Amino acid sequence: MSDFFTVSVLVSVFASGIRLATPYLLASLGETIGQRSGVLNLGVDGIMLLAAFGAYYTALKTDNLWLAVLVALLVGLMVGVVYGLITVSLHAAQGISGIGIFLFGLGFSDLLFQVWVGTPLPVPHKLPKLSIPGLGSIPNIGEALFQHNLMTYGAFMLVPAVMFLLQKTTFGMNVRAVGENPQAADSLGVSVGRTRFMAILLGSSAAGLAGAALVLQGGIFQANLTNGLGFIAIAIVYFGAWRPLGAMAGSLLYGMVNATVVQLKVQGTIPRSASDLASMAPAVITILALVFLAGRVKAPAALTKPFARH
Amino acid sequence: MLLEMKGITKRFPGVLANDGIDLEVEEGQVHTLLGENGAGKSTLMKILFGLYQQDEGEVLLRGKPLSIGSPSEAIDVGIGMVHQHFMLVPTLTVAENVALGLKSGRGALTDLDAVSKRINEISEAHGLSVDPSVEVWRMAVGERQRVEIIKALYRDATLLVLDEPTAVLTPQEVDDLFVILRRMTDEGRGLIFISHKLHEVMALSDEITVLRNGAVTGHTRPSETSREQLAEMMVGRSVKLVPDRPHVTAGEPRLVIKNLEVKGDRGTMAVEGLNLDVCGGEIVGIAGVSGNGQKELAEAVAGLRRAEGSSHIMLNDVDVAQLDTRKRRDLGLGYVSEERMTDGAIGEFSVSENLILVDHGSEKFTKGKFLDFKAIREQGETLVKKFAVKTPSIDTPVSSLSGGNIQKVILARELTAKPSVMVVAQPTRGVDIGSAEYIHSQLIAQRDVGTATLLISEDLDEVIGLSDRIAVMFEGEIVAIIPSEEAERDKIGLLMAGVFDS
Repeated sequence: MSDFFTVSVLVSVFASGIRLATPYLLASLGETIGQRSGVLNLGVDGIMLLAAFGAYYTALKTDNLWLAVLVALLVGLMVGVVYGLITVSLHAAQGISGIGIFLFGLGFSDLLFQVWVGTPLPVPHKLPKLSIPGLGSIPNIGEALFQHNLMTYGAFMLVPAVMFLLQKTTFGMNVRAVGENPQAADSLGVSVGRTRFMAILLGSSAAGLAGAALVLQGGIFQANLTNGLGFIAIAIVYFGAWRPLGAMAGSLLYGMVNATVVQLKVQGTIPRSASDLASMAPAVITILALVFLAGRVKAPAALTKPFARH
Repeated sequence: MLLEMKGITKRFPGVLANDGIDLEVEEGQVHTLLGENGAGKSTLMKILFGLYQQDEGEVLLRGKPLSIGSPSEAIDVGIGMVHQHFMLVPTLTVAENVALGLKSGRGALTDLDAVSKRINEISEAHGLSVDPSVEVWRMAVGERQRVEIIKALYRDATLLVLDEPTAVLTPQEVDDLFVILRRMTDEGRGLIFISHKLHEVMALSDEITVLRNGAVTGHTRPSETSREQLAEMMVGRSVKLVPDRPHVTAGEPRLVIKNLEVKGDRGTMAVEGLNLDVCGGEIVGIAGVSGNGQKELAEAVAGLRRAEGSSHIMLNDVDVAQLDTRKRRDLGLGYVSEERMTDGAIGEFSVSENLILVDHGSEKFTKGKFLDFKAIREQGETLVKKFAVKTPSIDTPVSSLSGGNIQKVILARELTAKPSVMVVAQPTRGVDIGSAEYIHSQLIAQRDVGTATLLISEDLDEVIGLSDRIAVMFEGEIVAIIPSEEAERDKIGLLMAGVFDS
């Protein structure tokens, strides 16, 4: 353990914690918007896998990371349209529909990978680190906070943006209303369907970006790359009490615990054989946090409830 | 003429929901729509709001034919509605609730400062005090209703429909509401008042239209009619509004509650050191504004909610405060819950199954380890007949019966057990007048044979009509006990509101 508490190790754990938090944060921010509108999307993980493959394949073929991110966003958007049609337009039960999206994403992303790529190759370039002039060169703090890739900066800047969207815009007010009492919103002429559909699209696009961040930070795709990350992002939404700042706190917690586990494995503090056990740590923390929070914060009242007029 | 609905007919498969209904509302008038559940009031209002399209007939607003396809179009032409179940988003502030669905002055951004300013103007002009920045879940029921009215006024409604607006209010709040409504008619707005509380209908209305089974059965004015006549028009036969209550000498105390403390859903104390006795052969009614601990009191006595350690609930001299519901029932407790469909009956179960829910394990309904279906059917047939339950068969799921008939099933089950003590909560809420009359007579018959009954009801007339003693509950305590001879509506109303010095 003594090796762990040195400045350089702590700084690097902190930095990689923030980097690892990025996909969690993107996915959970998007899911926060969706759930505030009353729609639970259990398909986040599947969307991330499909988008991650899209970004990976694009990067592999074109070496254009901008284009790769755009493809991931579009993949997310497309799956969002499907999910919206199923759950909003056709009023299907959200739980099972989301699981369907997940299973589809899990299988289809692997199928495409096998058919189009086959042997795993790393992308020519991962997301480059961008040191913010001035801030990035502050000793230690600079390395921890200001030497990250653009997607990480973007994800954290999305936090205030989503807060603003939910609290200060008409759309955000409609989202909160239809997630809490859709009948009331409907009686005042707010289109519950359109609002929820938009929220789903924002959420699935964010999940798409999360997939891109995951694969372009790591540089390689494989079957089930996410390893349940999308489900953890959903847990983070609950943990964060359906608030963007809460989602950020949860994502950082996950990123930091992951980074710590990785570091401890590298150091050999945790034996390789026990590494799976250590990987469970974040899940255990989440469950404890959820138990602790149970009853203290309330989910949007209409969460998972399809809306139809009488 | 502000609104004319002429010859409105609406058919649903197998049901004629509206049968040639005429309704005229003039500017500056309160027009009451009176009728039982299922009489066609809400269908008519849904047609007015564009939620349904009529099969025949026309709607004219200020003489012009009106065709409305959705609630927001109704709002656009100046028709507003205060729903019985408030159409408010509890997690949003008053200003946000009012602004919902309206165009913002700042485009995509909300414009809550401007909205708040107008809310303040409206609330001042109409005597509707609210704070626009407060979240609705923090507000009392009466305040929430003011928000609903402000919402309609903000949209400049000239015709306002009020769907049972007094159901959740104290008598004083009802008086305040009526003043507000009168101020609105003085400005020339027209109101449609939907209610089944006859004394309120008599007090507020200019015109009254009575519906029964989808058709108009009467059109009158308060000066030309009486409560009894109105009830007869609603039900189709003469109805006893005040049940006969022969004198019975109360016996020994059977239910003695000492220092009862119960927590509410939010974890705060809902019942605080409550003391109350109920004797054999008497009905003690709890009068109180909803949310003052009545529900928690009933559930604690029934055993559905934990009473704190220092509480005593003596049932025929046994302290049952910490016993489970089975033991309480074995000691002679019967319970009619206010949550009919969650605590009182199982919706998907048939009538006969619901009738044996509490004693399905008894020898009477079992053969060894198995249910005795023949005995269960016989019990079902007998009780359905005895309690006049309207059901297609004893195998019909309870959820497809009307509220009044579900309540009769529950009452049949509980009374058949011959309870020594009954806790009865909201026995006639959402129940038609005919069934209510029957339920009242059954409760009184039960009292006459010596049962001790604790009655909890938000309907003050019911409490006064049935009870031998009236206990007024306020903030978790009994603040007064009044014998029925001395019961006066106004006095009880003040006590319910927490005014003790009059």
